[in-house]
Amino acid sequence: MATPQERPGRTARVRATPEPGARPEAPKRRRSAPRAPATPAVQAVQAAQATTPPATAADTETGPSAAAAAALAAEPPQVLADYYRQMVLVRVFEQRAAEMYTRAKIGGYCHLNLGEEATVVGLMAALERRDYLFTTYREHGYALCRGIDPGRVMAELFGKATGVSGGWGGSMHLFDAGARLLGGYGIVGGQIPPATGAALAIAYRSDPGEDAEAVMCLMGDGTTNIGAFHESLNLAAIWSLPIVYVVVNNGLGMGTTVQAASGEPELSRRGASYRIPGVRVDGDDVIAVRDAARQALHSARAERQPVLVEAVSSRLRGHSVVDPARYRSAEDTERARRLDPVPTLRSHLIQAGVVDLAAVTAIEAEVEDVVAAAVAFADESPPPAVADLFAHAYATPVPNTPHRLPADAVVVSEP
Amino acid sequence: MTEISYRQALHDTLRAEMLRDESVFLLGEEIGIFEGSYKITAGLLQEFGPRRVRDTPISEEGFVGAAVGAAMLGLRPVVELMTINFSLLAIDQIVNHAAKIHAMFGGQASVPMVIRTPGGGGQQLGATHSQNIEVYYAHIPGLKVVAPSTPADAKGLLTASIRDDDPVLVVENLALYNTKGDVPDGDHVTEIGTAAVTKEGTDLTVVAYSRAAAIALDVARRLEDEHISVEVVDLRSLRPLDRETICASVRKTTRAVVIEDDWLSYGIGAEIAATIQEGAFYHLDAPVRRVAAAEVPLPYAKSLEQAALPHAGDLVTVIHETLDATGFTP
Ligand SMILES: Cc1ncc(C[n+]2csc(CCOP(=O)(O)OP(=O)(O)O)c2C)c(N)n1
Ligand SMILES: [Mg+2]
Repeated sequence: MATPQERPGRTARVRATPEPGARPEAPKRRRSAPRAPATPAVQAVQAAQATTPPATAADTETGPSAAAAAALAAEPPQVLADYYRQMVLVRVFEQRAAEMYTRAKIGGYCHLNLGEEATVVGLMAALERRDYLFTTYREHGYALCRGIDPGRVMAELFGKATGVSGGWGGSMHLFDAGARLLGGYGIVGGQIPPATGAALAIAYRSDPGEDAEAVMCLMGDGTTNIGAFHESLNLAAIWSLPIVYVVVNNGLGMGTTVQAASGEPELSRRGASYRIPGVRVDGDDVIAVRDAARQALHSARAERQPVLVEAVSSRLRGHSVVDPARYRSAEDTERARRLDPVPTLRSHLIQAGVVDLAAVTAIEAEVEDVVAAAVAFADESPPPAVADLFAHAYATPVPNTPHRLPADAVVVSEP
Repeated sequence: MTEISYRQALHDTLRAEMLRDESVFLLGEEIGIFEGSYKITAGLLQEFGPRRVRDTPISEEGFVGAAVGAAMLGLRPVVELMTINFSLLAIDQIVNHAAKIHAMFGGQASVPMVIRTPGGGGQQLGATHSQNIEVYYAHIPGLKVVAPSTPADAKGLLTASIRDDDPVLVVENLALYNTKGDVPDGDHVTEIGTAAVTKEGTDLTVVAYSRAAAIALDVARRLEDEHISVEVVDLRSLRPLDRETICASVRKTTRAVVIEDDWLSYGIGAEIAATIQEGAFYHLDAPVRRVAAAEVPLPYAKSLEQAALPHAGDLVTVIHETLDATGFTP
């Protein structure tokens, strides 16, 4: 682990979307009939939106806020220590993945969650085992925090038969039916309609309630410009689906800033056309992310009210391992480093006396061992057998499915 | 002639056409500040500014359709789609709009736009990022589809495409960007709709395009050592297809093998084989064989991916089988 850096905290933990002050009339958030009235959770979101001053997360760096400190104090030490452990797990796993990529153990594209650890852990802390997760190609951390064995995740990156997708998917396409991780998806926005359909299946089969299932659908900031995002939100709204869309806003889609790409750069407001309530949260604050996601999931599962959550954080490195990010200014990179959520939480926990240095160091050492074991497992695992090339071609076998290799004749013709 | 890379040839051609014609402008994801996912557009934003090098959000359907509209008013947009896989998000604008507008409105409007995009597998990018789906577009009347395999053709075909008044899809290939070759200096236009015989031979014709055409040429040269004389036809243009060059070659050599990176069923090779049986049937000494990708979504794991893709060794095997079947002795 890098030496933790000092970083001042934030003023507000949950930053809700400010209403557009310049407009003559604030848009009504909800239709009346036939839609259900605002749920308590949505009302809470709306109240936060009404009262929280407009602020871009991570832009108010004026020292640890009383609210943040109080939130930390309110959490059981064991829970905080566990969140820290998970954030370190994501951090170390990603650092080793980058290293394995440069050593050609991992091929293709490899996108990391470095800088997004608080968002990853907070979201996964809110997601119940019974819920479903659809995500993007930047998903290693989510798989880990969903409780999937790190060895099986690393093995997928290595393209091994023991990987979560059997070596078929690679870094961008992690899937684990047991963990209800229904895929990382490499086509930008590709996950959003299927996630919406999964929510339709839940609504089709079961009633809303505290114990109902829900879907969480993750996407990047740049992804909110894809048509499928808008089509899906509209469907979720008119069909009252139990889904939470989460925009992981790391400020960039490859080299393009949110400002440059989005007509409405406050992305949590992009649900407004569909009367889907939005909430913007500081993605570097694990507790704030968890609480916002929990509240949103509550609306989704109990009231069938879809919600849009925007978690604002930063990408510590390039778009993928091979991107040197030369388009980024030195100040931006420096700012991302300063806001790095992992050392920040570390020093907060120690300062607040939640854990002592020895405990933190023990967590870090344990995680290093876990990740080293994952790498060893991946390295020692066999690749998928070429004989299995057609094993997954179709779910239902029918006659004449093609099983030929490139040099095979397609039909035999005797002279 | 100057020896440059395929990437450089594309870059230089874009620049030359932008200098030549004010109505030519570029748009696409990450082509400006990021300098292009594969750096084809490096430096062009600095030189031409954001009016002519326009970064777009991740909105393929939107900006491809915007290019259609801009072209209808006489601009010559050159769209970069990061890879051909993402063209599927824009296929409605390409197939239902770009390809239809000239004919459907009785020839009153034309759509002089270019879509440049790389295809190809073999980079361990997984099933959604490794496809060769040019046949989807080659099937569509109203579109023109070219697929250069050399730096010279990259220049010649891209130049022709930009100056053409119809929508043209220029299919590039990830595996070709770093390959080098001699490129004619100055103005160089390769006529769309014409194939090239890239090596002459007398015993067997290999028909290919894009990356596979480079493999075919390499294999043909190596087989000279075994005293096997292979002729290579590089299609260059998938729509329109130069059927006469293919058939003339096969009438001479009496045997044909197609190598293609796409999937076999309903692929480009199927169209070639059908053309040969119609145009050279009485000259054929052996069935036309096809070397093509195994018909599965391409796996990530290297071992599986390599097994699924056609290689030079597969082509050599099938050439030998075809020759052996007709009792050929070198
Ligand atoms: C349809 C489609 N277009 C383009 C791409 C190429 N691409 C991959 S990731 C990406 C940027 C996505 O940015 P964002 O949504 O902010 O997610 P982040 O990578 O920051 O997590 C782009 C353009 C793609 N994979 N799919
Ligand atoms: Mg982003």
